[in-house]
Amino acid sequence: MGTLMIGFKENKAFRLFTILMFLLIAIALTAPFIAPYDPLEAVMRNANMPPSAAHLFGTDKLGRDCFSRILYGAAYSLGSVIILIAMIFVVGTTLGVLAGYFGGWADAVIMRLSDMMISFPGMILAIAIAGILGGSLLNAMIALLCVTWAKYARLARGLALKIKECDFVLAAVVSGGNHLHILLTHIVPNILPVMVITAATDVGAIMMELAGLSFLGFGSQPPAPEWGVMLNEGRQQMQTAPWLMVFPGLAIFITVVVINLWSDSLRDVMDPRKANKE
Amino acid sequence: MGRKNLVRRLGQMILALLGISFISFCLVMLAPGDVARQMIAGNQEIMVSQAEVDALKAELGLDQPFFFQYISWLGRAVQGNFGNSFMMKRPVLDVVLASLPATVVLAASSSAFMLIFALPLGIYAAVKQNTWFDYLVRGFSFIGMSVPNFWMGLMLLWIFGLQLGWFPILGGEVSLENMALPTVTLGIAMASKYIRQVRVAILEELNQDYVTGARSLGMSETYILWREVLPNALLPLVTLFGLSLGSLLGGAAVVETVFSWPGLGYTAVQAITYRDFQLIQAIVLWIASMYMIINLLVDISYAYFDPRLRKVGR
Repeated sequence: MGTLMIGFKENKAFRLFTILMFLLIAIALTAPFIAPYDPLEAVMRNANMPPSAAHLFGTDKLGRDCFSRILYGAAYSLGSVIILIAMIFVVGTTLGVLAGYFGGWADAVIMRLSDMMISFPGMILAIAIAGILGGSLLNAMIALLCVTWAKYARLARGLALKIKECDFVLAAVVSGGNHLHILLTHIVPNILPVMVITAATDVGAIMMELAGLSFLGFGSQPPAPEWGVMLNEGRQQMQTAPWLMVFPGLAIFITVVVINLWSDSLRDVMDPRKANKE
Repeated sequence: MGRKNLVRRLGQMILALLGISFISFCLVMLAPGDVARQMIAGNQEIMVSQAEVDALKAELGLDQPFFFQYISWLGRAVQGNFGNSFMMKRPVLDVVLASLPATVVLAASSSAFMLIFALPLGIYAAVKQNTWFDYLVRGFSFIGMSVPNFWMGLMLLWIFGLQLGWFPILGGEVSLENMALPTVTLGIAMASKYIRQVRVAILEELNQDYVTGARSLGMSETYILWREVLPNALLPLVTLFGLSLGSLLGGAAVVETVFSWPGLGYTAVQAITYRDFQLIQAIVLWIASMYMIINLLVDISYAYFDPRLRKVGR
């Protein structure tokens, strides 16, 4: 946390992008108050209206206000991505640290399992898992968790193996510290920065994958105001109402840009050595 | 890679393929409810007679113990018999083979597109580090990496297909006009990623001692770049490219769907939507095997290109 505060004070880019991130989160949280219309209420006489002062981003075939739906969508997309990345982080790191620290059969089982998952191209397996489980936001999240945890487990295992050999850990073992204590006070805190940077760098890509699953019909389902779902609905009206396709995509794009800028600057702040390289 | 090493890799691969086949087979178990009933109904809400369900179960061997089902499926799969596609009413193998050419063509064209842009731009940006050109290229690659590819596909379709009328928007069959937009969509997404990698790889090599040495010997910058730096920098990128190619050959599901490009990815999405379980199993198995075999080939070629590894191998 200390590094982050210093970074916030000294690194102009990090400060700017952190503020933008908070702005996005604020939009997501306050959507019910700032959205001019109900995102789900159909008003048939307003169907398919192009963008205007009353409806900034136009309306869809049920007369729902696209701008309001996008604002509500922010809560959906950001909320689910944050929960998902937290799940991946916890599952991957825990399994990886256990494998690296204890070795033996735990290591063998966990690593063979992750080898297996890594030998599938991620998206197609995610599509298969989410689709077969049945399209829903939760199932899409489970699918992405299944295909992504292995990367984190491998990274955490490698880091844990390295730190396990450090003198301070050996000292803790010799002085009779129990495993749980050593794991929590010595191993985990030392691998956390690298894991956090990795997770932050992945947020944007995972957000696009989650939206992609919804777009294909294997994630959130209509009438949810989720951006991928909206794109799928808008796609069918490309000829008559192109705004339904332009704005939700723009929302994903801008959000991912902000997240990626923020995670790049976060990496610079947390790992100054790498910052000079690029 | 020595012969011993190769044999070991092959052994590992066969084990991994077994694991993959097991996972592909088990995917079906994830389905909530009755598999046979869903296959008959597709994704529709229709009543299915119990007699029909039982008949299908017996036909597919779904009434047998789980492990027995897997072994007999694997036995048939090795002989190329994956059963019948319920959706298409023909053998699964035929369906897979029919969608293969489209995917291969698209993988080749988008890789070519990527190489044409990523290599020169990445190399030049590295040579001209921190100039306006470098910043421009980096900006482009950053934006390219932040655009969801399905949205880019839709926008291209809207602008160049619908507004300008340059390309057909219906898709559905393999032709040059239909191929252009999906190629550009996939190509831009890949190029944005690779420009970065190429640039960083070249920069890393340019900072090595041997480059300084070559400069002090009075070798020209062009000579150093083409004869010394490039071969060293691009070698590691071969692995990365192998991974991309493997996943492209598995079908770019989302982009193929946007353009109704009749490749493996599109077929996979259809199969999942219509609960065509035998087809799903076969496609997932095929894609993972493809991915793995390409990785193995990359590893082997790596040893061939890198003289250091060649010596150790022997």
